Amino acid sequence: MIRIFLMLALTVWAGTAQAREVLRMAVTTSFHNSGLSDVLLPAIADDLGIEVQLLVVGTGQALKLGEGGDVDAILVHSRAAEEAFVAAGHAPYRREVMFNDFVLIGPKNDPHGLRGVGDAVAALRILAKAQAPFVSRGDDSGTHQKEQALWRAAALDPDTFGPWYKAVGAGMGAALNTASGLDAHILSDRASWLNFRNKGGLDLLLAGDPVLFNQYSFLPVNAARHPHVKSTLAVRLEAWLTGPAARKLINGYTLGGEQLFTFNAAD
Amino acid sequence: MGDLWAGLAAAFRLLVTLDADLVEITLRSLHVTLSALVIGAAIALPLAAFLAVRRFRWRRGVIALLNALMGLPPVVVGLVVYVLLSRSGPFGVLGLLFTPTAMIVAQVIIIVPLIASIAHQSLRDLWSEYHDLLISMNVSQSQKMRTLLWDSRRALLTASLAGFGRAIGEVGAIMIVGGNIDHATRVLTTAIALETGKGDFAMALGLGIILIGLAIAVNLAIHWLGRTEAEGRW
Amino acid sequence: MVGLLPLRVRGATSVRRGKVLVGPVDLDLSGAGTTVVMGPNGSGKTSLLRMLHGAARLSDGQINWSCDAREARARQAFVFQRPVMLRRTVLENLVYPLCARGETRNRAVACARDWAARVGLAELLDRAAPNLSGGEQQKLALARAMIIAPDLLFLDEPTAALDGRATREVEAVLQQARAQGTQIIVSTHDLGQARRLADEVVFLLHGKVHEHTAARVFFDTAQTPQARAFLRGEIVE
Repeated sequence: MIRIFLMLALTVWAGTAQAREVLRMAVTTSFHNSGLSDVLLPAIADDLGIEVQLLVVGTGQALKLGEGGDVDAILVHSRAAEEAFVAAGHAPYRREVMFNDFVLIGPKNDPHGLRGVGDAVAALRILAKAQAPFVSRGDDSGTHQKEQALWRAAALDPDTFGPWYKAVGAGMGAALNTASGLDAHILSDRASWLNFRNKGGLDLLLAGDPVLFNQYSFLPVNAARHPHVKSTLAVRLEAWLTGPAARKLINGYTLGGEQLFTFNAAD
Repeated sequence: MGDLWAGLAAAFRLLVTLDADLVEITLRSLHVTLSALVIGAAIALPLAAFLAVRRFRWRRGVIALLNALMGLPPVVVGLVVYVLLSRSGPFGVLGLLFTPTAMIVAQVIIIVPLIASIAHQSLRDLWSEYHDLLISMNVSQSQKMRTLLWDSRRALLTASLAGFGRAIGEVGAIMIVGGNIDHATRVLTTAIALETGKGDFAMALGLGIILIGLAIAVNLAIHWLGRTEAEGRW
Repeated sequence: MVGLLPLRVRGATSVRRGKVLVGPVDLDLSGAGTTVVMGPNGSGKTSLLRMLHGAARLSDGQINWSCDAREARARQAFVFQRPVMLRRTVLENLVYPLCARGETRNRAVACARDWAARVGLAELLDRAAPNLSGGEQQKLALARAMIIAPDLLFLDEPTAALDGRATREVEAVLQQARAQGTQIIVSTHDLGQARRLADEVVFLLHGKVHEHTAARVFFDTAQTPQARAFLRGEIVE
């Protein structure tokens, strides 16, 4: 029993042996899965002395965390939801940082000939007509909201879809797992797709349509409403994220030779 | 099948190189679960003794409720604790959300009914044996409870280890209240969920094998320390 | 310090699940030695002892000790027909009642060793109590009861399951205790034992006191026909 207590004491001591300032930020699964955070976080720690603790959740939950004041800032990619968030007073503003794109994934042999289509909305119409198996995030995330917007643009209502449309209610990785297991189509962000290790029989079928453009923005949580929030740290982090060091790291980040994100913060 | 072999290989590699991340999350898993076990047992065992020895009107109801709470879904517990500890909740000022402390709280709530129910059954059996003697000896209520607890200690250890098993493999509640934050609240089970979500099954399996090994090792260690299987012990 | 006895019992009844186990009982016990409770099986001997000790609930009537009831509880001890062993060593069993009363560990251990020797269990101090033989367990129970120096000792058919040697040893301890002033109330269906031990006899029949006289008087000239029949060894209903 003594040994166990000693080990317990050791872990407690180890846990408290840190002197950095800590900032909690909610980010989306698609951002985290890209692996960019593994590059940015150490740089932030070195340059600013801030330890950024990331809560990797869906956009919906990230906004809820910001609303409740349980995090100090959020980084999400759903413009409409962000604007509503700011309008409701949960954040003073939204600051655009970078963008990447969504891609349409499906079976390698492309049974519905999506590879040559080019137009994302048209591709979705084809899938709906053929009732091809399709996996949706179904979790109110940025990716899910983009997918819903595309269905709307195609004048289709997902609520009327049959069992070929599977809303899993999970993060990007889990949804990709399901698509891989079912050989289904799925809308994913490019970073998550490139980083995904269980591709199975899936391949990238469609990309490049401007409508698939995916903007990431930084929103500091309203300090007036939640006084305990670390607003000074958030300000410093925002300045760094929209500054030259971040630009270099973000634009320079590649996966399999491809650049994933494009820095677009205005000064 | 290939995934399973890859998993074994990943586990082996992580262990042999004493991967720093692995060591960190393993220690944190132990820290969270062992703390929950100590606190949970400290609550559950006296409670079980109390219910065995004292007679009061709602006693049967409380015991039935305790048994029923064993079936409490951990993820629901996590959700409730989350709502309570959130900044907009009643205990928000404590700032405990997304810390290992919140994870310990959630796990304590999950394992107390389990440990108490199992312990209560053993204590009740022993009490029926000791009842006449201890009443005749005129010992106080707290002395009765302490005597039962000490003389049942091996059965109570089993009950506690059942709680440990429940806690070390738990993922739903601690994912919600801990947030699986890298270098802060990530433990073995949440790391497995993460790696699975990334599609990296080999790594997930590797961590799973290590988790199983850890659970067995802790159980063996406690049995060895307590010398439960030594000759002539009851 | 006021003694426990004399004890006045008036109309005491013990009922369980609607069945009267013993009573109503009117009894005056002034002690001075050993009181033997006798009677055929099922006459309520065990129930009477438990009722007097407080181990069985008093459904009706009164039991009045000469001192405060709580104090009376603390100065009695009970040896059950089948001894209850704590799941500990013999030494720990003996130490337990003393430590429960606040005695220091060292004094308690010394006392325990002394009493273990007195009942012939000195060799077995480190043995697990539940592993002892029936006779050894009963001797341990007796030592455990006596170690707190009770003013009054109840024994419920203590040697019913013991062989001759163990019986003799137990009776020797009881005689010693009596000599040192401990009042003893013992139930038995062994006539020989009753003759050896009794200063006073309470004869029970159907849950009521049928006769209550000095031992000499009872054995030589029992008043009631049932008592006389019992003494002759006949089955009494």
